[in-house]
Amino acid sequence: MNALTTTTARAPARLFAHQIRSEQLIFWRSREAAVFVFLFPLLLFLLLGTVYDGSYHGHPLSEYLVGGLLGYGTANTAFGGLAITLVLRREQGVLKRVRSTPLPPAVYLAAAIASILAVFALQAFLIVALGRVVFDAALPARPFSLGAALAVGGLAFAALGTGVAALIRSAEGSSAVVNVIILPMTFLSGGFGPTRDYPRVLQAIAAVLPLKHLIDAVQGIYLDQEPVWEQGWALAIVLAWGLVGVAIAVRKFRWEPREG
Amino acid sequence: MTVLGEDPARAGRRWREQIGVVLQHSQLWPNLTVRETLRMFAGYYVAPRHVDDVVSLVGLDEKRDERVKTLSGGQKRRVDLGLALVGDPALVFLDEPTTGFDPEARRAAWDMIRSLRELGKTILLTTHYLDEAQNLADRVAVIVDGRIVRIGTPADLVSDARGAEVRWRDEQGDHVVQTEEPTRLVNELTARALALGREVEALEVRRASLEDVYLELVRERPA
Repeated sequence: MNALTTTTARAPARLFAHQIRSEQLIFWRSREAAVFVFLFPLLLFLLLGTVYDGSYHGHPLSEYLVGGLLGYGTANTAFGGLAITLVLRREQGVLKRVRSTPLPPAVYLAAAIASILAVFALQAFLIVALGRVVFDAALPARPFSLGAALAVGGLAFAALGTGVAALIRSAEGSSAVVNVIILPMTFLSGGFGPTRDYPRVLQAIAAVLPLKHLIDAVQGIYLDQEPVWEQGWALAIVLAWGLVGVAIAVRKFRWEPREG
Repeated sequence: MTVLGEDPARAGRRWREQIGVVLQHSQLWPNLTVRETLRMFAGYYVAPRHVDDVVSLVGLDEKRDERVKTLSGGQKRRVDLGLALVGDPALVFLDEPTTGFDPEARRAAWDMIRSLRELGKTILLTTHYLDEAQNLADRVAVIVDGRIVRIGTPADLVSDARGAEVRWRDEQGDHVVQTEEPTRLVNELTARALALGREVEALEVRRASLEDVYLELVRERPA
């Protein structure tokens, strides 16, 4: 109490670091999170990689899969994992409780996003490593460009996840809604294999999806060894989708449960 | 309206340093231990209480390194209370803190709330159990249809409703009489019984409780 006279509040940077540590503890302690958010894309990669053999338009299929699963990981982890977590916490009254503490809401959300992006970074690293070790896929020739593209993708999809969390009404439905979005989007966008021979209609639908452009950018950098700025246009579309997520979140995000 | 000198709707972080809240429906983190949970919240405050002190204060010493999901319902509510106290607040909000407790757990919670009061905290407690208000509160506000209709010490409120309820049993059966003059009635009853050399059977004299006052106040309002 008497400390109030000397310090008004803890510095946001320290609060942010403290909250990221808390988020990491919560994430890795939860078996559901660790399995469905972190391990599932890796498992899917191993399964698909075992089935896909040979090469396609000059690149081994395993390398298409590395790029595709990096895209799927972005959607599954930065988007899906975050959205489900936020909906559950809102409906369970956790967000409301946090709101009663001096932790600023912006710091709380930023830490939740940074924490899930850290999980995604580890996941992306393991996808590349598994590709190399298990399926003999090449290591990225431009790791910094690849990292930059994935960082843009991760941020944009986390923003979309926050926006979608604001639109989902109930905790029960959150996981279903999120997967109905992620799985078809990943399939259409080339996350589970190249889409060049897909029917035109499907390709036309894919052309408006953010994941299609993220995977295109990742493949341009990883398969064709382009620097990140060659993919500026694709990444700009991804970022624009991220801004849509931000706009929805700003207008609709609530800290109180919608039900009960 | 102001709370601690500020409008709660606009108050900022410094104000939040000084309050602690226990919500009615708010889940904990099942996979964290009691101490980890408290440590997380302690990090939000400038001058938190020591985590181990809070653990002792809410009586969870033996469970401090157990995961929250292994605790009983009553123990989880104590973690809730611990989270409200870890920032060492001046003002604590308890929203129906004993709803769903068995009688023993409720007594334990009451003891805990009394010990908070001894720490010099101001406690705002909402409850539907009027015996709880009577036992714990220094001041009681009765809210009907969202408006405060009466405010005062429990003794003040009870003395508003004068008189008492006298019960006894005789040959004609059980009697329940509301009277403004309990002394006279009891005197008559006992005098008659003494003259006959008998006991007054099942004699009971009860002053109005807070519950009676409350029911009266609710009845006064058309639904």
